[in-house]
Amino acid sequence: MSLLLKNGFVYDPLNGVNGEVMDILTEGGKIVERHRSKDLKIIDVSGMVVMPGGVDIHSHIAGSEVNAGRLLRPEDHFKDVEVKGKVTRSGVGYSIPSTFTTGYRYTKMGYTTVMVPSMPPLEARHTHEEMDDTPMIDKAAYPLLSDWWVVLEHIRDNKIEECAAHIAWIMKATKGYAIKLVNPGGLEAWGFGKNVQSIDDPVPNFGITPREIIRGLCKVNKLLNLPHTIHVHTNNLGKPGNYLTTLKTMHCVKDLAEETKPVIHITHCQFSAYKGSDWSNIRSGAERIARYVNRNSHVTIDLGQIAFTDTTTMTADGPFQYGLYQLSGNKWMNHDVETETSSGVVPFRYRRKSYVHATQWTIGLELALFIRSPWKVFLTTDHPNAAPFTTYPLIISWLMSRHARERLLKKINRKARRRCVLTTIDREYDLSEIAIATRAGTAKALGLTWKGHLGVDADADVAVYALNPRRLNPSKEYELIEKAFERTAYTIKGGEVVSRRGEVVKSVLGQTYWADVKTLEPNEASSEFKQRFKDYWTVQYENYPIPENYLHSSKPVPVKAEV
Amino acid sequence: MTVVTGVSCPVCGCLCDDIEVDVTDNRVISVKNACAIGEAKFLNYAQHRATTPLIKNGNSLIEASLEVAIQRSAEILVNSKYPIIYGWSNASCEAVKKGIALAEDVGGVIDNTSTICHGPSIMSIQDLGISSCTLGQLRHRADLVIYWGSNPWSAHPRHIERYTVFSEGRFQNSEWNDYVTKSSSIQSQKRLRRASDLISKTGDSTISEVSHLPLTYPKMGRKLIVVDVRRTRSTDVADYFLQVEPGKDFELLQALRLLIKYDELEVEEVAGVPVKLLEDFADILIGCDFGIIFFGLGLTMSSGKNRNIDAALSLVRDLNQRTKFLIMPMRGHFNVTGANTVSTWQTGYPYAVDFSQGYPYYNPGETSVIDILRRGESDASLIVASDPVAHFPKTAIQHLVKNPLIVVDPLETPTSLMADVFIPSAFVGIEVEGTAYRMDHVPLPLKKVVDPPKGILSDEEILDKIIQRVHVLQEGGI
Repeated sequence: MSLLLKNGFVYDPLNGVNGEVMDILTEGGKIVERHRSKDLKIIDVSGMVVMPGGVDIHSHIAGSEVNAGRLLRPEDHFKDVEVKGKVTRSGVGYSIPSTFTTGYRYTKMGYTTVMVPSMPPLEARHTHEEMDDTPMIDKAAYPLLSDWWVVLEHIRDNKIEECAAHIAWIMKATKGYAIKLVNPGGLEAWGFGKNVQSIDDPVPNFGITPREIIRGLCKVNKLLNLPHTIHVHTNNLGKPGNYLTTLKTMHCVKDLAEETKPVIHITHCQFSAYKGSDWSNIRSGAERIARYVNRNSHVTIDLGQIAFTDTTTMTADGPFQYGLYQLSGNKWMNHDVETETSSGVVPFRYRRKSYVHATQWTIGLELALFIRSPWKVFLTTDHPNAAPFTTYPLIISWLMSRHARERLLKKINRKARRRCVLTTIDREYDLSEIAIATRAGTAKALGLTWKGHLGVDADADVAVYALNPRRLNPSKEYELIEKAFERTAYTIKGGEVVSRRGEVVKSVLGQTYWADVKTLEPNEASSEFKQRFKDYWTVQYENYPIPENYLHSSKPVPVKAEV
Repeated sequence: MTVVTGVSCPVCGCLCDDIEVDVTDNRVISVKNACAIGEAKFLNYAQHRATTPLIKNGNSLIEASLEVAIQRSAEILVNSKYPIIYGWSNASCEAVKKGIALAEDVGGVIDNTSTICHGPSIMSIQDLGISSCTLGQLRHRADLVIYWGSNPWSAHPRHIERYTVFSEGRFQNSEWNDYVTKSSSIQSQKRLRRASDLISKTGDSTISEVSHLPLTYPKMGRKLIVVDVRRTRSTDVADYFLQVEPGKDFELLQALRLLIKYDELEVEEVAGVPVKLLEDFADILIGCDFGIIFFGLGLTMSSGKNRNIDAALSLVRDLNQRTKFLIMPMRGHFNVTGANTVSTWQTGYPYAVDFSQGYPYYNPGETSVIDILRRGESDASLIVASDPVAHFPKTAIQHLVKNPLIVVDPLETPTSLMADVFIPSAFVGIEVEGTAYRMDHVPLPLKKVVDPPKGILSDEEILDKIIQRVHVLQEGGI
């Protein structure tokens, strides 16, 4: 079947298309130039915005920590329910929706690809089971690798190539896509209830520093030619004064970059951009970080933008979550994973009238507005840590409209407002920049060459928003923007209309991508590693890898490694 | 003969996955590495096996074809207003997913066996959170292991050996040798005494209780402490045994919470334990590098229920101010954790999920099956891989069997004998594949080691057929 989207205002930044009136033709799940089949369906989208389907680079929607959050918070579900529909399953949600609901809500907003950023390798099977149960969207997961004993030992012994071969095996075994670092070294220390304080603090029992782990994994990433860079949740996250750690983290891999290709992605950077020495004098470090990102080409970041709402924080950063529990006194869940990582969950409410929360809110927006190139800074809320992903439309309206920001600025904590520089920023994103920050840029950073654009042979994932850019004054009509991005006029997934005016009309599965790393020599685990496996884990080596047929819809991404 | 290695044992929450099974002519000949319970299941699973579907005709069960049984089941479910769908802890996650889909389609309640075991623990976790981990973390790091109200030596026989004090970890050594020395010395003491009794012929000598070091002089290295209301096999293994008066766990836990804050207790004893001893115990709790409490049904199902767990979780939370401390429920069936996990990601709630309003609704006490049955609200039931007639309170069973009852189970059970429709299924983990979650949420594959009897389908396939049939009936088909 072919589908023709006629006369839309097309925003396709990767192909240099900026709001021109064009037709988009799809066939066989791909964008094509001309159609072969006789079965042609035409949808008139004149007066509407046509963009590639959204690509979310960082959103906790599946896996053990997400499910721990769901278990912990029945009160989060009572207030937000979804009734079973003709083609849809029922569910609950607000900040941590059940899997089906997650898929439906993403598709209603025009998102078609979502990355799951923290997969404990030992529990990878769980993450994949949940991703299989999340319909409508394509997905991939990043295994947590910065506190693996085997990785730490390889880096300690300076065996980068062996480490790379090992990680090639992990990617295959866990069906992972990118290397995720979370508080490198700190999670191993958390095994005995401790943490590391800076990137040069030695990791207990291993005698290496976070700096060496970050550099080591960055080198591994290059050797393996993985499609994405290393994806880093910094040390000291969520602590006043941590912007220095962030700057050091970005800078410590600068010499590993070649030309202008990024080598490091700092995720939910808002949580890592605090000046000050304690919570009473916390200030924004966004300007300093933005200055560094503007001057260097080896870094990309995403926001982790806060919205004022009740949400659930969850990260693999066990010590941070414990700190948050002590700070808030809310209920606290901790789950350490042997030999690999940890995780924690704490419910949290961001309040406008709190000095700290209001400052956090301004920091995210300052990062987005100070960093000049939208190819370097992407829109996320680190769902659900800073806010649920359903607040994206609201955040888009803040980015596109100074008035929308000013309106909220009037309501936030007075001290925070007086101290922030956000009030002085006039910049407003245009639709093309929004398209970059929400799909084109993220797809490019992830190496998903067939996503995030509408060129020939790209996946036929398209979002059509009921917005007329000719008539719209985004600065004033921010409410229209929010409404339009809340629900698409049409979401097209794989060449089929799956959602219309905020209603799911067809349920599709979505694919799971993983990096199928091809090493020079066949990548078989050595008997020495198998022995070590017995000593390190409590499951059998043969039960650890996930067979490909376990996934509903597996889509290996071939990667040629240099080891 | 073929040897299947790396088989996960479909018995208890330990889900040991290092079992080796010898198979000849589609029969299990021998089993390696398993505990007595696991070995018995692999060797004897085929006994009391049902192989033909049965439906009720008058007062007796008669044989029927699978199609007829499926049709009858679908009719019962479609015609009922408020069916309950219960069981799941001995089924695979794949089957649980089908069960949830079915409950949603017929607007019923789906509940799993945690409603009668660790349900209170879950409610307490929802109130307070939990500080936990995977089991390997303990193998490598734990130097203080406490079993509270549970008897792993008998109920989870390989738990201590694989995951806690008898396992060899990176930072901790196995205490197995110490235990062997200790127990052989106790044995020889006993023999000596018996011999001397024979010689002196006093006649009334009683063998003294196994002696333990006093808590005031804690032993070096890893410590194993058991808190229980009576001596069990596990208390014999333990370095220390604290005997709590039945029903007084809450007091004991709260006393410990006070003691670790250095509050004075102005009583002589709490729950039958002298305060002096408790003070030493509190010192041990604070003094460890990495402690863990495992709690069993002794804590969740004695009076106080979730309040006991509240106290235990709070104690561990408080202890984290001083050292690293974790806590974990000792889950019983091999996939009870999986049933909770799947239910949570699909519906938001771990058990007792009510779909009668078209969306998931959860309120244990209102939507848990025993309460529904005792209020007499349900009008049909489907039981998968469970035996409520043997375990539920009498009034609940009376209502259960009064209404149409469908049972899907590999074995003939008291429940299956009361059924209106009984569909035999294959043993997951022996005859069919699947996924299960260990008690610490680590997912593992269940393997197929032998073929099921001819014509016997898995739970998943049977449920899928029922769902298909239900769809046909709901759309007005015959």
